[in-house]
Amino acid sequence: MTFLATVWLVVRKDLLVELRSREILYTTVFFAVSCVLVFSFGFVRDGQPIDGAAAGILWIAIAFSGTLALGRTFERERQSETLRALLLAPVDRPALYVAKLVGVLVLLLAVEALVVPLVGILFQAPVLRAPWTLAALLVAGTIGFACVGTLFAAMLVRARSRDVLLPVLLYPVTVPVIIAGVRGTAALLQADPDAAMARAWLSLLVFFDVIFITLSLWVFEPLMTE
Amino acid sequence: MRDQGSGISSPSYAFPALAVLTAAALAYAPVMIAQAPVESTMLLVQKIFYFHVPAWFVMFTGAFTCGIASGIYLFTRSRNADRYALTGAELAVVFGLIGLTTGPIWARKAWGIWWDWDAKLTLALIVWLTFIAYLLLRRYGGPGSDRLAAGVGLFGAANIPFVYYSVNWWRTIHPKTSVVPSLGPGMRGTFWFCVLAFMLLMTLLVAARVHLERQRDRLDQLYLAAEDDL
Repeated sequence: MTFLATVWLVVRKDLLVELRSREILYTTVFFAVSCVLVFSFGFVRDGQPIDGAAAGILWIAIAFSGTLALGRTFERERQSETLRALLLAPVDRPALYVAKLVGVLVLLLAVEALVVPLVGILFQAPVLRAPWTLAALLVAGTIGFACVGTLFAAMLVRARSRDVLLPVLLYPVTVPVIIAGVRGTAALLQADPDAAMARAWLSLLVFFDVIFITLSLWVFEPLMTE
Repeated sequence: MRDQGSGISSPSYAFPALAVLTAAALAYAPVMIAQAPVESTMLLVQKIFYFHVPAWFVMFTGAFTCGIASGIYLFTRSRNADRYALTGAELAVVFGLIGLTTGPIWARKAWGIWWDWDAKLTLALIVWLTFIAYLLLRRYGGPGSDRLAAGVGLFGAANIPFVYYSVNWWRTIHPKTSVVPSLGPGMRGTFWFCVLAFMLLMTLLVAARVHLERQRDRLDQLYLAAEDDL
């Protein structure tokens, strides 16, 4: 079976399971919305959001709900011992990683499709001012966060205290993604938008994605071999 | 798992010699620091720099040691590489704590604040947190967490350049790296002597720690062998 065929089969399986229950999608979306609300109480003064709050809250919501989605995705595989079956299948291990990554990305991008307009409305942020650059920042940032997250969540399936260890391991490593995402988005949303700055942060994100996807593909096999 | 490093079971003779040399260097360092000229604008508080910067040198050496050794461990399963990775992470955390303690003491005098979200401070804090996470995973991750931690060590080290660039673009007010070449002659000698003393201390600690882990593994093997005999 070719690499892409394996990826497609596993992605389709994951999306079918998710479509039937919609458990992770609904809980993650609701969690992201709750995050935005909770943070808005901290960053809105006299009915006006403080400068740059929208970008920060958006990315915190993505990072927090992303962690939740990653944990749930692999918890599902663990509960029914299906991860072991997947790993036993005579297919390329890196294909399994890519499939899981695509599944998490689809889920997170669906969450963002709801959270971005919500942040735009609640914080009077001009999210439609440069839609393509903003979309590129969101996609590149989500890939960066999810590519490290998928690897860590997959390897933590076998570990004790995995629920708390995932954010503890993931956040320090994804700090560049969060900084680049927040600063790039803030450069687009501020009163005097700075498109060149946003593109500079976007290039950092793309560079991060390339390096960390390569590293993940490289170490997935030795990490997942017992 | 077979122990590839069990050939060396007794400490080498180089170890006591290294210990004496390190102790002498660390004992003489304060004398040199006391004799170094007092910096004209920051006065006495500048002298913390002689221990602060070498501590960061050791921390980043430890972090990269952990990253490289983790990569080797993942692909070769060499127990020895894992011992070096663990040692590197522990040194990064301990010397990071020294840097993070001496830094704010200096900053309070020089900048008037304990902490500032400056690029180098943020970089150091994030790298420090990464290797604390590495140690937490090893401690609480359960069986097999040494290999999982190797993934974190590798990613943590690979992440350092990214953190460096992202926080650098974010903001910077830290004294530039060019401080070191611009030091006066009396200060430069003292500074590099302190770096040497810290590097000797690091080598000594690495040797002691790797030896300890090796002995632990040997002890485990002996227990297992004794159980098999029963």
